[in-house]
Amino acid sequence: MFTTIRDLFKFSPSFRFGSLILLLVAAMLVLSFFSPYDPGKLRRKVKRNQPPSADFIFGTTSQGEDVFWTMTFAVRNTLTISVIAVVIGRGIGVILGMLSGYFGGTFDRVMQSIIESIIVIPRLPLLILIGAILRGSLTIYSLGILIGLLDWAFPSKRYRAQILSLRERDFTHTAVFSGMSTVKIVVREHLPFIIPFLLADVISGFLFSIGIEVTLSYLGLANLDSPTIGTMIYWGNYYQSIWVGRTWVLIAPIVAAICMVLGFYLMSVGLSEYLDPRKRLVRLTARAGDEADNDDPRKEKDDAWAP
Amino acid sequence: MRLLDSYILPRIAQWFMVVFIGITVTFLIPRLSPINPVDEILARMTAFQTMDPEAFKTMRETTLALYGLDKTLIEQYVAYWQRLMVGDLGPSFGNFPRPVTEIIAAALPWTIGLLVTTTIISWTAGVLLGSLAGYFHSRRWAQVFERLVVVVYPVPYLIIAFVLILIFVAELKWFPLMGGSRGDAALTWEYISTLLYFGFMPALSVVIGATAFRFIMAKSLTTTEIASDYVQYAELAAVPRRKIILFYVARNTMLPQVTDLALSLGLIFEGALITEVLFTYPGVGFVLYNAIYNGDYNVIMGITLLSIIGVATAALLIDLLYPIFDPRVRLR
Repeated sequence: MFTTIRDLFKFSPSFRFGSLILLLVAAMLVLSFFSPYDPGKLRRKVKRNQPPSADFIFGTTSQGEDVFWTMTFAVRNTLTISVIAVVIGRGIGVILGMLSGYFGGTFDRVMQSIIESIIVIPRLPLLILIGAILRGSLTIYSLGILIGLLDWAFPSKRYRAQILSLRERDFTHTAVFSGMSTVKIVVREHLPFIIPFLLADVISGFLFSIGIEVTLSYLGLANLDSPTIGTMIYWGNYYQSIWVGRTWVLIAPIVAAICMVLGFYLMSVGLSEYLDPRKRLVRLTARAGDEADNDDPRKEKDDAWAP
Repeated sequence: MRLLDSYILPRIAQWFMVVFIGITVTFLIPRLSPINPVDEILARMTAFQTMDPEAFKTMRETTLALYGLDKTLIEQYVAYWQRLMVGDLGPSFGNFPRPVTEIIAAALPWTIGLLVTTTIISWTAGVLLGSLAGYFHSRRWAQVFERLVVVVYPVPYLIIAFVLILIFVAELKWFPLMGGSRGDAALTWEYISTLLYFGFMPALSVVIGATAFRFIMAKSLTTTEIASDYVQYAELAAVPRRKIILFYVARNTMLPQVTDLALSLGLIFEGALITEVLFTYPGVGFVLYNAIYNGDYNVIMGITLLSIIGVATAALLIDLLYPIFDPRVRLR
């Protein structure tokens, strides 16, 4: 685990850059626990519509909230929603994908045709319908659950493909012939291959749920009283901040959102580079021969950001 | 005939399945929710007036009966299908008694126009630029472009559109924010130019995200493809590089791109919905936004249903065209 992370830091500039940005996000997350304000009572605490100054570094909103501290809560809440969504979505995805892959046969065929159909269905209108009906009663937790329940079809397809390929590898056959139990093969032999994919997949789950959260909250379908990135944009827009020149209210959440998705995405880029066997070869030769990758600096640079 | 059995029929069967799931889900969601939509609607209608309790009770019963909500779930489900078969989605609550189908039909051309234009532009641009950047990966412009794409790709549509509005509409005032056109609809240059002018920003915001996605996919496909023997052979044979990339490599990466287009149509559609809301573009997304605010459940349900069926149908059409592109499917 640690060597993996060390290698990633060493050989992938995008991973390095991504984790730096995420460090910033993590700092916001930690700060939210040391906020001078109570997360439930942010409004009418400070003077309204103040531009950024020494007292309020990101200004204040039209509801009398300190933008900076509200943003720390927003980052925390949006991440909470995403974590719930990712755990549920990937949980269902991994289980169904593995079951499909290992059982095969009729179960697999039925599952696949259902999943193929679900993938085509656009999820946003469905979420809007649910959000519109549950309006007001959609807390950050239930929003997370909802997003998770709609985001498992595509991942499960990928896990199934992974399992199918792992099942046919020589080492699986060797394990089967040497009398290893199925559970042991799955846990000891296959899981180590699945976990890196899970990591990359978890990140794409984060990207999806952050996007959906921002969208649903912007449409006013989430709980508008708990600060999230989306609700901050919603209220900024509600008070017409763009048109009256109070853009700081909107810029803070927008920058926070971009930092979050960019940090996650760059990390996943580094990770999938790491998973690519061709790139791994480059890395191994680099480690064996001292400066093997230095003879073609252009190549190294080129690989830097490759997804 | 084998093509029909092994490819076309299963695809059509899948289409029916998608539509069935979509219709069933949109039927179940409002009915399984803890909040009764009828009570919500009535609460809205009676919010600013006092009403005779008897009249309120009658009104509630009438509304329940109008939706058939006083029957059992199975009966409702059958009735729902019967209404759908004749294309009846019920009346709108926001603009009573205008039928939902009429409202959606009026907005649909805008969305389809936006969707078709942006899909064509982003797909072509993404595939072309991606293959070129994948082939000439060590050139300066390819690297700069790629970095740009990596930054833009993960950002949600809504944020992209918001940033565009902040810069080009609010700050520079180059583009308008409201509406889809000015003047009377006619095939004159004046009208069409306003159409382009008003549609430019909404289209751009969708195109940016969709192109970035397509670019990344095209680039990684090309990177794999240029390692093939035939590319090396063509290079050794001194075939012009432009020809190698456009006629050999890009053509081979086209197939997964077509398959993927069918799968990602839903995403582009979602992007178009959001863009319409942000730019007050008069399409389905904007109607949906207004419906959310007015608690117009019939319209929301109609649009959800329509988007599921529409996206599934478009995906089916692309899949049915697939054998034209791929001789392997055709000859199987």
